[in-house]
Amino acid sequence: MSVLIIAEHDNNVLKSATLNAVTAAIALGAGDVDMLVAGAGSQPVADQAALIPGIAKIRHADDAAYEHALAEPMAALIVGLADAYSHIVLAHTAYGKNIAPRVAALLDIVQVSDIMEIKSPDTFVRPIYAGNALATVQATGDKTVVTVRGTAFEAAATDGGSAAIESVEAASDPGLSSFVGQDLTKSERPELTAARIVISGGRGMQSGDNFSLIDSVADKLGAAVGASRAAVDAGFKPNDFQVGQTGKVVAPELYLAIGISGAIQHLAGMKDSKVIAAINKDEEAPIFQIADYGLVADLFDAVPALDAELEKQGVKPR
Amino acid sequence: MKVLVAVKRVIDYNVKVRVKGDNTGVELANVKMSMNPFDEIAIEEAVRLQEAGIVDEVIAVSMGEAKCTETIRTALAMGAERGIHVKTDAELQPLAVAKLLKALVEKENPELVILGKQAIDDDCSQTGQMLSALLGWSQGTFASRVEIADGKANVTREVDGGLETIALTLPAVVTTDLRLNEPRYASLPNIMKAKKKQIDEYSPEDLGVDAAPRLITLRVDEPPPRKGGGKVADVAELVEKLQNEAGVI
Repeated sequence: MSVLIIAEHDNNVLKSATLNAVTAAIALGAGDVDMLVAGAGSQPVADQAALIPGIAKIRHADDAAYEHALAEPMAALIVGLADAYSHIVLAHTAYGKNIAPRVAALLDIVQVSDIMEIKSPDTFVRPIYAGNALATVQATGDKTVVTVRGTAFEAAATDGGSAAIESVEAASDPGLSSFVGQDLTKSERPELTAARIVISGGRGMQSGDNFSLIDSVADKLGAAVGASRAAVDAGFKPNDFQVGQTGKVVAPELYLAIGISGAIQHLAGMKDSKVIAAINKDEEAPIFQIADYGLVADLFDAVPALDAELEKQGVKPR
Repeated sequence: MKVLVAVKRVIDYNVKVRVKGDNTGVELANVKMSMNPFDEIAIEEAVRLQEAGIVDEVIAVSMGEAKCTETIRTALAMGAERGIHVKTDAELQPLAVAKLLKALVEKENPELVILGKQAIDDDCSQTGQMLSALLGWSQGTFASRVEIADGKANVTREVDGGLETIALTLPAVVTTDLRLNEPRYASLPNIMKAKKKQIDEYSPEDLGVDAAPRLITLRVDEPPPRKGGGKVADVAELVEKLQNEAGVI
């Protein structure tokens, strides 16, 4: 049997979460790994995908029905291709989470969500209770849908491969939903889940405007900016900035928590970061229990001082 | 229009979860249980649609052990009209729940089913999408805004990087994200009234569904602890440590 991984993209660029999922798909050890690129005007994505080492073949479905990756036509397409595969793999992102269960239900097979580790082709470790416990689970049946926690697997390389690109016919579109519009946050900064450094602000920031203090530090470090749920609930930042159990899970090389107390639900989203630093004026804040470098200080003094110190030391984004 | 809302009884989100000594699961004995927070948002949305005159009846469904009726009563106190309890002591996984919900949808004929985007116990984020697929309906997942008019539901979804709006042909399944609404607290009079509301009971067998688990939990472990607690005196030391000791900037 073999593995089909579903590419996540915007018809132009393959999303980095897919590269992490590729590593997991190869690690399954369940035979060839093919990638489905379904989109409209998505040739650039198919071309990028073909360069990933370890991919046997790109299956490219280019049709207006797939332009916005609506769940119903995407699932119909994937189900039509599923016969040849033992595993169907997606990234555990909003994109993957939307499509994967639909595929599993149509095929009447089990889905294993958010895998962190592969023990064998049917046995996985996945977080439950927001990562406060890790379950080792075994899928039954001869076919499984898997979604992959990006931070748990290295990203695959983006050159050196030469997979063949094969066209796939569009499946019939159930026509149940249509795309109306989107409002994507414009940012020059790296994406939260792919950034090497993440700086997040919490309720202690007191206002959305005060995030400009963090922005300035982030610019010097080439960091992505995040927020705790408390900061999102208070309206300081939109929900797609949220790091935590109910937002994004990140594991950068450096996570800098500013004015964040460290609620369980926030820790669930960042505790696998390589190095954690925290600035908080409350010495008792739980964030300090997991921080490698804790600074007890008023953030309104410390963050401008940090900004100045980085300037003085001539620290630049890597 | 009738709306079905699925509500799950889970360990309260404020409780620190502990893994059992024999690594078979997490400790559930004497632990505070509550309605899954995303399901509270689902009930709230359905009740608001009813208050806006778009919906005539809100039915709250829960599945599992006898005490799930407490979760249903909470939904009834928030404004749902009646409840359905699919009673079983067996473990129910997302595909089985989706099949049971499908059977109930075929009995009740709602035009909209609202569920939380995930349950905070197993964190699967599967059931709503699976139900939608089994019914051959449209789906609007991770909703932060729902507008219903002219046989369509316009759903604004929380996606990575921002928001996306799609139009769903009804009937449809919607799953809720955090910002959809702020659930109300049930008032005392409404809690009293909820005690008199009707709850129908079914078993998975009554509904003709094979609800056997397909995913076997081999063991459950505590995550490896993180060694923290290091402190620095000032910003200069922080920068120095990040540069030279950690080497991350």
